[in-house]
Amino acid sequence: MPNTMPSTMADPKKPVLEVRNLSVSLPAGADRAHAVENVSFTVSPGEIVCLVGESGSGKSVIAFTVMGLLAKALKPTSGEILLEGENILAADESRLRELRCTRMSMIFQEPMTALNPVMTCGLQIDEVLETHTKLDAAERKAKIIAILDRVKLPEPERIYASYPHQLSGGQRQRIMIAMALVLDPVLLIADEPTTALDVTTQAEILKLIAELQAGEGTGVLFITHDFGVVAEIAHRVAVLRWGELVEVGPTEKILSRPEHSYTKMLISSVPSIHPAHRGVRRDGTTVLRTEKLGKTYSGNAFFQKARVVKAAVDVDLDIRKGETLGIVGESGSGKSTVARCIARLIDPTEGKVFLGDTEIATMSARKLRPHRRRVQIVFQDPYRSMNPRITVGDSIIEGPMNFGLKRDEALDRARNLMETVRLDPNSLDRYPHQFSGGQRQRICIARALAMEPELLIADEAVSALDVSVQKQVLELLDEIRVRLNLAVLFITHDLRVAAQICDYVAVMSKGRIVEYGSAEQVFGAPRDDYTKALFSAAPGRNWEFGKFAA
Amino acid sequence: MLDFIARRLVAIIPVLTVVAIFVFLMLRLTPGDPAAIIAGDNATSDQIDEIRRALGLDEPIWTQFIIWIGNVLQGNFGESFFFKKTVAELIAQRVEPTLALAVCTLIIAVVTAVPLGVLAAYRHGSLLDRFVMGFSVLGFSVPVFVIGYVLIYIFAIELGWLPVQGYIRIGVNFWGFLERMVLPSVTLAVIYVALIARITRASVLEVLNEDYIRTARAKGLTNRVVLMRHALRNAAVPILTVIGIGIALLISGAVVTESVYGLPGLGRLTVEAVLSRDFPTIQAVILLFSVVYVLINLVIDISYTLFDPRIRY
Repeated sequence: MPNTMPSTMADPKKPVLEVRNLSVSLPAGADRAHAVENVSFTVSPGEIVCLVGESGSGKSVIAFTVMGLLAKALKPTSGEILLEGENILAADESRLRELRCTRMSMIFQEPMTALNPVMTCGLQIDEVLETHTKLDAAERKAKIIAILDRVKLPEPERIYASYPHQLSGGQRQRIMIAMALVLDPVLLIADEPTTALDVTTQAEILKLIAELQAGEGTGVLFITHDFGVVAEIAHRVAVLRWGELVEVGPTEKILSRPEHSYTKMLISSVPSIHPAHRGVRRDGTTVLRTEKLGKTYSGNAFFQKARVVKAAVDVDLDIRKGETLGIVGESGSGKSTVARCIARLIDPTEGKVFLGDTEIATMSARKLRPHRRRVQIVFQDPYRSMNPRITVGDSIIEGPMNFGLKRDEALDRARNLMETVRLDPNSLDRYPHQFSGGQRQRICIARALAMEPELLIADEAVSALDVSVQKQVLELLDEIRVRLNLAVLFITHDLRVAAQICDYVAVMSKGRIVEYGSAEQVFGAPRDDYTKALFSAAPGRNWEFGKFAA
Repeated sequence: MLDFIARRLVAIIPVLTVVAIFVFLMLRLTPGDPAAIIAGDNATSDQIDEIRRALGLDEPIWTQFIIWIGNVLQGNFGESFFFKKTVAELIAQRVEPTLALAVCTLIIAVVTAVPLGVLAAYRHGSLLDRFVMGFSVLGFSVPVFVIGYVLIYIFAIELGWLPVQGYIRIGVNFWGFLERMVLPSVTLAVIYVALIARITRASVLEVLNEDYIRTARAKGLTNRVVLMRHALRNAAVPILTVIGIGIALLISGAVVTESVYGLPGLGRLTVEAVLSRDFPTIQAVILLFSVVYVLINLVIDISYTLFDPRIRY
């Protein structure tokens, strides 16, 4: 409510948000006592402060504590959170409700799920005005159309009447931003707002947030794990580890002259966008070759015209022994479709797939079975790609045993592989939940290698991992490739990762390969317009992240 | 959408064909001769043969089936062996009590169960939640006739507030109709309250963990608005599904309830027809129930689109 604003608002130098010695306790039985311990920082008007940290660092907990939306199990135990001088930790529920969306607003990571699917976007913004203002229906509508226009959504009238599922991810995030900023709050909390978006959309949303906050002088608390985003948008950076603030400072200083060893390690882990020099093509034998590979999905309808989606069109690729081919592209570009067609997890509708000399695209399921062993996949989410009810040992030996290996031999192989992926061979009888995300992904790699494949497909295999863990898994994959002289097909949306691990890169857009060449050529001198646009959207592309000795 | 409805209506035909053949065969392949039952204990075998001939039961089964199905296709369900009326008349007489019972039961069930389920979800782990869940277990496990007799004993016999049994047509005396509808509907509703409350609770509980609920709270909305406007509508689809299944199950529930309260409805007609092996009546009633079942499912499927704009047929 505007008339209940504290008088401190008038002072432009006064920070909009001041967090002092904040501690939030975790419930008994957690891996540590506090989610957040003794954290202090400020956000001034017109300033963007990035909270950076890996998963579990407590950055989201801080955001939710400020909004008063903390899960019931978590309790702030000490400290103060001052929003324009008013201590939010002392405010009751109804005062917090008054402040939400009027003085402080929040946007979230997943625009796909953050909006109510059964309400039109216009009505969802209207709720904010209905709750916090005394405007009549026509005034509210006019204000909503104005804010939709300000967040640069095309045809505000149509968007007003649209349901979330009718909009793209970027458009939904704009709706969230419109909702958050419609009442001109002094503080905007953005919790990984671009993490779920494609790189070109991400660049647009970052630009929009920066523009809007600069125009209104809004203070922004921006939560991210991505140093590229930090380099792009932050004025100041606060680095968190295990709930403690390890370092705060201006962006330029933190990125180029970090003091704390943890900050140094984090920044050193960020893959460079310039490809590593990996030498020329070896004369290995071709492991995989596709010829005009295509996948068309068509729905069948009784009376209406059937819907046809071309997920992949005329894809020609080849990979030799000991070589990594990357497929990069945005979501919906068809990169995973291609991977799945190659592994025959789905059946291609056009073209050929040669595995060595064997054509497998049209092979019957029964004949295909012996060839299944030759292609193995590591999937994106290590939390969901392992059966939680069976031990990791059984997960690893299941495949080889299906192909006739005796249990003892399979277990021997599993133990060796656990060493290869640098895990304790004696932990084979443990269950997936007893491992961390990075460890699980190593187990998934071991599971794939247990089949002694000729081609390893990594489908966004490091995308769900923290940057320091990501670095280790990437190094591991590359080491295995060299040691086993393995052909690797690496699917990723992350250009930095692709630059570091690939010998060759294929850029996909709308089901087609738009550019295909050596990593050095594609990254160094892209020829296709789409590739150029993709690279220029990469956050922090102008910043070379240094390698620091910890 | 029209495409979808058309397809679903066409799909009724094979369903009814299978039901018709199955019912017809089951009745004739199981022991029990309607002619013997009609003729009574002292009849001679000649008399029984005479009745059998009169009813057309002396023909081979497949001839009987073709005659029957031919008549049904012309809208003629034949004449009851016992009630000396056409089956169509018989059903028309008995539809009202069952329909009234079903509608009242559903209203009572939905109006009590949905709010209970929402509250239990909102305050999950609380005393209220445990009470609702405890009641659900009880509602599932106590047989309908036990609930019926207990309610009759308390409200009709001991307190004398409501009549014990019987039925008055809605057009004759509305108040009398309502009085006689309360106990049967409540009796039959118990199990549905249990079922729907449980599903509502589970469904709302799941929705409350969704990101958009957090968004709604971050807007500064009150808990009531978050719950009723954002959570419930998103939780609607599983609830509707269960209500749809519930309506189908109502038919069997109606048999017991109508017997306990002496309602002259379709449930009792079915029981009487089965006991006296009144083939034409049983066949017609079963066909009717099948059509109703398929249509209700269609209505439920269409109603999903009212609650969730993402569902389009």
